Amino acid sequence: MRFRRSDPEPEAVADPTRGIELRGVSHRYDDRPVLADLDLHLTEPRIGIVGANGSGKSTFARLLNGLVVPTDGRVLVDGLDTRTSVRAVRRRVGFVFQDPDAQIVHPTVAEDAAYGLENQGVPAPERAVRVTEALARYGLDGHADHPAHLLSGGQKQLLAIAGVLVMRPARVVFDEPTTLLDLINARRIVRIIDDLEQQVVVVTHQLDLLAAFDRVLVIDGGRVVEDAAPRPAIAAYRALMEGR
Amino acid sequence: MTLALYVARQSAVHRMPAGAKLLALALLAVVLFAVPTLPVAAAGLLGVLAVGLGAARLPVASLARQARTVRWWLAGLFVFHALFSDLPTAAVTVLRLLALVLAAAVVTATTRVTEMVAVIEWLCAPLRVFGVRPARIGLVIAMALRFIPVLAERADRIREAQAARGGSARGLRGVRTTVTPLLVQLLQMAHTISEALDARGADDEPPARGRRSPVTAA
Repeated sequence: MRFRRSDPEPEAVADPTRGIELRGVSHRYDDRPVLADLDLHLTEPRIGIVGANGSGKSTFARLLNGLVVPTDGRVLVDGLDTRTSVRAVRRRVGFVFQDPDAQIVHPTVAEDAAYGLENQGVPAPERAVRVTEALARYGLDGHADHPAHLLSGGQKQLLAIAGVLVMRPARVVFDEPTTLLDLINARRIVRIIDDLEQQVVVVTHQLDLLAAFDRVLVIDGGRVVEDAAPRPAIAAYRALMEGR
Repeated sequence: MTLALYVARQSAVHRMPAGAKLLALALLAVVLFAVPTLPVAAAGLLGVLAVGLGAARLPVASLARQARTVRWWLAGLFVFHALFSDLPTAAVTVLRLLALVLAAAVVTATTRVTEMVAVIEWLCAPLRVFGVRPARIGLVIAMALRFIPVLAERADRIREAQAARGGSARGLRGVRTTVTPLLVQLLQMAHTISEALDARGADDEPPARGRRSPVTAA
C-alpha cells in the first residue's frame, strides 16, 4: 500500500539517538538510476557530501528529509521512515536550498521567516518572539518589514537559513549553501554552520568548509566511493577528479 | 520593481484591523459615487490625505508615487468630461478617483500582506464546504506578490544576456528568445519552490488554525 500525502500519518515515536539510517537505498528518475545500494548510518554532528555535478549528491540530500522518497530501500530519521512519516521527518530535518530565491515564499522578511512556524501551528505571540530572535541572530533585525526581493544575495541566504532554523529542527541539511555567494558571505554562512548545535549535513563544492567536519562522503555515479575523515576523503575526491 | 508597498510606522492606522480598513475603503467608494458633488469629492480627498500623511505618518513620496501612476488616466478623464460634460463634473470625477486611488494606497501602505491575506482567507472560509482550503488561496496570493518581482528580474537577466551577445529582445524573435528560456527557468524554479514549501511544512495542516495574525518582529 502506498502512502499518500493527504493520508493521516501513523503515530510513530522518534528516537533521537538513532540518527539517520539508509538501508538498501537506490533511487532512479524514470529509467535513469541516480543512487544505488546505499547502506549508511549517519550519526556524526558534521557530515559533508562532495561529488561532481550530476553525481547524485543533491538527490542524496533530498532523501534525508523526505523530499525524495527512494524507489528502493528505506531512509529512517530517528527511527521515522521518510515514506510513512514524512511530515514528522520534515519537522526534524530542516533543508536549506542552494538558491534562496526559490526558498523565500513570502513578500517580506518577517513574514517569510514565520512561514514554517505557521505551518507548525505555533501561536502568534510565540511566533513573533521566535522570528525576532532568528532575524536578530542572523543580522536581519533591521529588515523585518523589508521586501525580501530587495535583500542582497547574502541576506537572502541568511533569511533562508533563518526561515529553517526558526523551526528548531534537530538536524539541518544544506544543499550547496555557499555556491551563489561572494567570499565574505560564504565565510559568514560557514561560521553559522560551525556554530549550529544541530547535526549538520552539507553538500558542497567548497572543500575547505569540510576541514573540521567529522565525516565526509564522496559520491560518484550514484555510489558512495569514499567514506572517511575529511583529509583522506578530500584527497580521494581530488584524485578521482584529476583522473578524468 | 517592487510590489511590497507596506511602510512600517507606529500609528493607529497601522494597528487597525485589515478588515476594518478594507470596509472603510469600500464605504468611502460608496459615498463618493452615491453623492457626486464637488464638496464631497474634495472632502474625501482631503480626508484621505489627512489619514495617510497625518494619522498614518506615511511619506508624501509613497502617495505621490501612486498618484503619478494614474496621472495620465486622470488627465484624460478630466479632458473628456470637460469637453463632453462640464468642468464641475470633470473635477468631481477626477477628485473622487484620486481619493480612491490614494485611499487604496493608504490601506496597502499600512497593512502587512499577511493581514490582507488573512482577510481573504476569512472571506474564502465558506468555500471550505466545497473542499477549498482558504489557507492555500492566501498562500497563492502571497507567493504571487513575492515572485512577480523575481520573475521580472529573471526576464531582465535573460534580456541582458542576449544583449551581451548582440541579440535583441525586439520583435517576434526577441519574444521567443526571451519567453522560452524564461519558461524553462520558471518550470525549474517552480519545482524547487514546491520542494521548499514541502520542506517547510506546507503540507501540514496546523491544528485549528484560525485567522492568521500579522507577523511582526516582536
